[in-house]
Amino acid sequence: MIELKNVCKTLNKKTILKDLNLTVKRGESLVIIGRSGCGKSVSLKHMIGVMRPDSGTVLVDGDDITKLNSEELDKIRMKFGMLFQGAALFDSLSVLENVGFQLFECTEMSFSQIKRRVRECLRMVGLQGIENMKPAALSGGMKKRVALARAISMNPKIILFDEPTTGVDPITGDMINKLIRHLHNTLKTTSITVTHDMRSAYRIADRIAMLYEKEIIAIGTPAEIMRSENKTVKQFINGDAEGPITAGIGSRF
Amino acid sequence: MRLRKKLFISSGRTFLNAKKRTVDSFVYTGGVAALFGKTLSSIWSFPLRKRQILEQMSKIGVASFPIVVLISFFTGIVLALQSAHQLQRMSAQMYIASLVGLSITRELGPVLTALIIAGRSGAAITAELGTMKVTEQIEALETLSANPVQYLVVPRFIALFVMVPLLTVYADFFGIIGGYLVGVGRLNITHAMYMKMTLVPLSIGDVMTGIAKSGVFAVIICFISCFEGMNSQGGAEGVGKSTTASVVKSFILIIMADCFFTAIFYFFGK
Ligand SMILES: Nc1ncnc2c1ncn2[C@@H]1O[C@H](COP(=O)(O)OP(=O)(O)OP(=O)(O)O)[C@@H](O)[C@H]1O
Ligand SMILES: [Mg+2]
Repeated sequence: MIELKNVCKTLNKKTILKDLNLTVKRGESLVIIGRSGCGKSVSLKHMIGVMRPDSGTVLVDGDDITKLNSEELDKIRMKFGMLFQGAALFDSLSVLENVGFQLFECTEMSFSQIKRRVRECLRMVGLQGIENMKPAALSGGMKKRVALARAISMNPKIILFDEPTTGVDPITGDMINKLIRHLHNTLKTTSITVTHDMRSAYRIADRIAMLYEKEIIAIGTPAEIMRSENKTVKQFINGDAEGPITAGIGSRF
Repeated sequence: MRLRKKLFISSGRTFLNAKKRTVDSFVYTGGVAALFGKTLSSIWSFPLRKRQILEQMSKIGVASFPIVVLISFFTGIVLALQSAHQLQRMSAQMYIASLVGLSITRELGPVLTALIIAGRSGAAITAELGTMKVTEQIEALETLSANPVQYLVVPRFIALFVMVPLLTVYADFFGIIGGYLVGVGRLNITHAMYMKMTLVPLSIGDVMTGIAKSGVFAVIICFISCFEGMNSQGGAEGVGKSTTASVVKSFILIIMADCFFTAIFYFFGK
């Protein structure tokens, strides 16, 4: 279970999050939606402790991770897997070493066991035979999927996906949606997914939360969100250029 | 009146800027010191990564070897030629050997090597870590429960701390060879004489002083370049800026530290 309580964060003198409250239940699949630049990635980084809030607390299974030192935090992070929006693969390592990073670092597995596990993870994201390539030689969508494989390599209890389907073709995108659901059903992972793609949001979410103007303005099951009377939510999920979000800016065409 | 007001405001601003800069420089020093502390503590408390250390040693040491040799060799030649003019007038050319030997081992060997490594490897370290920072790879390391200091800084620190003094020894050697070629080849000093004039005034203390200095320079290069890299911001442009800053700051600090040590040895030494 992850709880963000009154989290405030200012970056470069700009307030990104203000008194953000969000609870993610154990074993649920939560999708966070919101406009580009509203702080979704920043919120995810707070959950895993790579960013610390200016004020407020972040509880992971009851531990306040904002108060931990780096060794204790490393232990908590073993529960997590995270897919970064920009993949963030290590350029100096091969795909095998990237995907198997934690297996090499944190487990006693033998090289051949790691190789087998890496192959398995890559197959789950629809890739094969690229273990010896360097990230620079991969396409954008392939990088994303390798990073996804890296995030799930240790079967983490909690997975954070930052736009897992952006930049991949629709078929692969659907495969990734299925994978997220599958992990969720078989391993009972808690997953938090940031996405712009409403179709995939409806597919993978138990609940959807919308982040707008520094806080969560709506949270509920996909059906509830679809039926929402909130005009801001309505405009967002329908993808209209006109509405309260763009009031004053509007469409100029 | 207007002018006076303007002057007042602008001097106030200068004052505020100066204040901000002072505060910033303390923050910077604090940051570098904290990195230093973290590195030292994680050297003892973790198993070392042999592969990374060897890789860094080869990148920093082996790859810099040719340029260090080249530059120290030519510096030895230049030093001998420059002093030859003056010393020949007094028929004291055999002192060239002592002059080259001492100034290379005490000063030029360590300083030149450190400057070369700061420009070559320090810049590369900042650029690499800076790119990792701006592409979120350092954050990714953290999410994978790997401590960035332990994973990235410690191997570079060990490699620099071993390789810079080692390269300094080579620089000393090849600098003296450069002087020898000029002395024996051009100035008709005999081999035996040159060797004697080099080795007699040169104590083991001189060589050790140079090597100790180069150890300090290695620490400077490592922590300035790693700190600049890990605090890069703002994409490719930011990485470029911090790389420049890393080289400039290392150069200044190396020269300042050298001046400091030379003064100490001058006043308290021998
Ligand atoms: N490291 C940082 N330093 C300074 N500002 C940052 C940093 N990271 C994010 N920001 C700012 O925080 C805001 C939110 O960024 P964030 O990446 O969370 O957006 P997002 O909701 O994920 O958008 P997108 O959907 O486009 O990924 C942006 O305005 C951005 O300028
Ligand atoms: Mg984002």
